[in-house]
Amino acid sequence: MSSDIILKVEDVGKQYRLGLVGTGTLSHDVNRWWSKLRGKEDPYLKVGEANDRAGKGNSPYVWALQDISFNVKRGEVLGIIGKNGAGKSTLLKILSRVTSPTLGQIKTKGRIASLLEVGTGFHPEMTGRENIYLNGAILGMTKAEINGKIDEIIDFSGCLRYVDTPVKRYSSGMKVRLAFAVAAHLEPDILIVDEVLAVGDAEFQKKAIGKMQDISNSDGRTVLFVSHNMTAVKNLCQRGVLLENGRITLEDDITNVIDKYLSIDGSTALKEVFTDETRRIGSHKLMKAIEIVTADRDVYTNEDLLFKLTFDHTDTQELTLGYVIKDDKGTSVHAANMQQYNLKYRLDKGHTIDVLLKRIPLAPGKYTISLYLGNGSYDVDIIEDAIFFQVFWSKELKAVPPQKKWGSTFINTEWNYRNEEA
Amino acid sequence: MKTAEDNWLYVITSKKKLIDFNFSEIWRYRDLLILFVKRDIITLYKQTVLGPLWYLIQPLFTSLIFTLIFNNLADIPVTDGVPNFLFNLAGITSWNYFKECLIGTSDTFKKNENIFGKVYFPRVIMPMSVVVSNLLKFGIQILVLIAFYIYYVWFATPSFDIIPQINLALFPFLVIMMALLGLGFGMIISSITTKYRDLFFLIQFGVQLLMYGSAVMYPMSYFKKKLPDYYWLIEYNPIAVIIESFRTMVFGIGDLEFNKLIYTAFFSIIIFLIGLVVFNKTEKNFIDTI
Repeated sequence: MSSDIILKVEDVGKQYRLGLVGTGTLSHDVNRWWSKLRGKEDPYLKVGEANDRAGKGNSPYVWALQDISFNVKRGEVLGIIGKNGAGKSTLLKILSRVTSPTLGQIKTKGRIASLLEVGTGFHPEMTGRENIYLNGAILGMTKAEINGKIDEIIDFSGCLRYVDTPVKRYSSGMKVRLAFAVAAHLEPDILIVDEVLAVGDAEFQKKAIGKMQDISNSDGRTVLFVSHNMTAVKNLCQRGVLLENGRITLEDDITNVIDKYLSIDGSTALKEVFTDETRRIGSHKLMKAIEIVTADRDVYTNEDLLFKLTFDHTDTQELTLGYVIKDDKGTSVHAANMQQYNLKYRLDKGHTIDVLLKRIPLAPGKYTISLYLGNGSYDVDIIEDAIFFQVFWSKELKAVPPQKKWGSTFINTEWNYRNEEA
Repeated sequence: MKTAEDNWLYVITSKKKLIDFNFSEIWRYRDLLILFVKRDIITLYKQTVLGPLWYLIQPLFTSLIFTLIFNNLADIPVTDGVPNFLFNLAGITSWNYFKECLIGTSDTFKKNENIFGKVYFPRVIMPMSVVVSNLLKFGIQILVLIAFYIYYVWFATPSFDIIPQINLALFPFLVIMMALLGLGFGMIISSITTKYRDLFFLIQFGVQLLMYGSAVMYPMSYFKKKLPDYYWLIEYNPIAVIIESFRTMVFGIGDLEFNKLIYTAFFSIIIFLIGLVVFNKTEKNFIDTI
C-alpha cells in the first residue's frame, strides 16, 4: 500500500516573526543561540499564535503552518485551497525547498519542480531560445534534456516567430506562454502549480489545463495545484486539502473540499462583514454586512441570485441603494438602483434589504458587487468590491459554457431551425 | 516495511547539519552554472557602444592615473628596471579579479531574491558562476598586460630588461586562491546581509580601503622601508601576498616567499570553507528574513 505514496508530509510547521527587523531581532538571535549552546530548545518555538490575519495578536511570532500532514499518491492531482493568508504559498515554498520548515519533515520519492510565476528567471536581454535553456536549467533540466525537447517547447508556446528575439520585446502573455511551455515539458515526478492559469488568453488556458490533465493522466505524474479558480480546481483535481489559518481542516474528495471552502465565513463567497475601511468611501458608515443566500451555496448562470444587506447605524434621511456587478477585470457588467424603481427607505440598526436578481445572465467566472447608498443627490456610503463571488455553469442549461473571451454575459438562446421550402 | 522507508529520494527537514553538502546535486546542475556564465557575459554590455572594450578601459585608465599620482607626483619608486605603468597594471589586473569576485558575490541573496524565492536549485551555483564569468574578464585583462609587456621589452626605447620567471607556472594557483578568497568572503558577507544590512555599507568603502593595504601600487619592500612599524598590517594580508608574488613571477624582482604562499593557501581554503558553511546555513531560510 505505502509503495505508491510519492510524497509524505509529516507534522510540518512554520513559524514567522512579524514586524520589522531591527535591534530587537539581534537580541532574539543572541538568546536563541545561547539556549542552543546550552543544548536547550529554542525559546521562541513555544510562543507564537495561530495565523489569523484580521485579529490582533499578543506575540510577534505566528505559526503560518501548524501540524500539516498529508500523503500524495503517484499520479494524483491534489488541489490545495484556502483563502488568502491560509498558508498555501508557505506550504508550496516549503515543498519546493525555497524555505525550510521550522518543525516536521517532508519525504519525497520524486523530484519536485514548481511552475514559475510569469517569467521569473527570464532575462529580458536574451532571446526566447536562450531563455528556454536558462529557464529549463533553473528548473532542473540538463542541457541534453532541453536539446531533445526544444522544438516541442517552442511549438507548444506558439512563439516560433519570436524565438530569436529578446524577451523584452515580448508581450506579457507571450512570456507566460513561454514560461509555461518550459515548465510543462519538464519531467519532474511532482509538479507544483500556483495560480498561473489566471493569465494568458482563453485559448492558452484551455491548452494549459489540457496539458496538465495529460501530465497527470497519461504520464502518471503527480501535480499539486493551488488556485482560487474553483472551476479549474474542480476540473483538474480528484482530491483536495483545505487550509484554514495554517491548519488542514479538511482532506477529502475535491467537491466536498470546495463546498466547505465556499462556506467558510467571510471567505471569497457568501458573507462579508465590513470592517476593512480601505474599500469604504463616503461620509457615513451605515452598511454592516452583505450575504449571498442561495439554495446550495453556489451561484449559477441563468439562476436567481439573492443577497441580503444589513445596516448598522441610524440615518434620519430616506436612502436609496444601488449596486454594480464587475467582472474579474474590473469592468462593470451590470448596475441597478432603487431610484429606477422609485423606492426609498429610512434605514436603521437591524434593518435589512433583500436584493433578488432574477435569472442572472452572467457567464461563469469571478465577479464582485459594489454597493452605493445615497440620498438621491449624493452618496453617503460606498463600498467598492464589497463581496467576491464565483458563478458556476449550471448543468440545467444543456449547453457548453461560453469561452471567457466571448464576454461576461450569457443569454440563453433558442435556435429555431425551419426549412422554408418544405 | 523498512525498505519502503529507505526509498525516499530526499527529505526536507528543519534540522540543520553544520556541513550539509550535496556535491552530486551541484554536479547535476553544472549546465545551469554554464548558462549563468553565458548569461553574464552576453548581457553585461548589451546596449553599450564600446561593449567588451570596457573590460580594457577600466584597468588601463586606473593604471595611468596611479602612475601619475603615486609614481610621478608622490615619487614612490618602483623596483629597478620595471616600468611604472606596467608595475601598476600588473597590480591592478590581479586586484581587479579578487575585487570583482568579492563584489559580485557579496550581494548574491539580495540580488537574486526574486528567483531564489520561487524555485530551488543549489544556491551556491550563483556565486560560483560569478567567479567563473569574472575569469573571462580577467583573461582579457591578462592579454592586455601581455601586450604592454611585449611592448616594453621589445619596442620601447630604451627597452626594459625584464623576464618572467620559471615559477610563473604557479600562476594558476594564485588565481585559484584569489577566487577562493573572493568567493569565501563574498558568501560570508551575502549571508550576513540578508538579515543585517549594515555590512553592505561597510563593503562599499571597505574594498576601497583594502586596496591601499594590498600592495597594489607599491612594492611591499618599499612599505617595509618607509613604515616598518605598520608593516605587520600588510605582511599577512593574503591579497598583498598574492599580488606581490604575481609581480615577482612576472618581472623577476625579489624572491618568492613560499612560506607566505603556503600560509595564504591555507587562509584561502579556510575562508572558503567558512563561507560555504555560512552560505549553506543561510540559504535555507533567508527568504523569510530578507
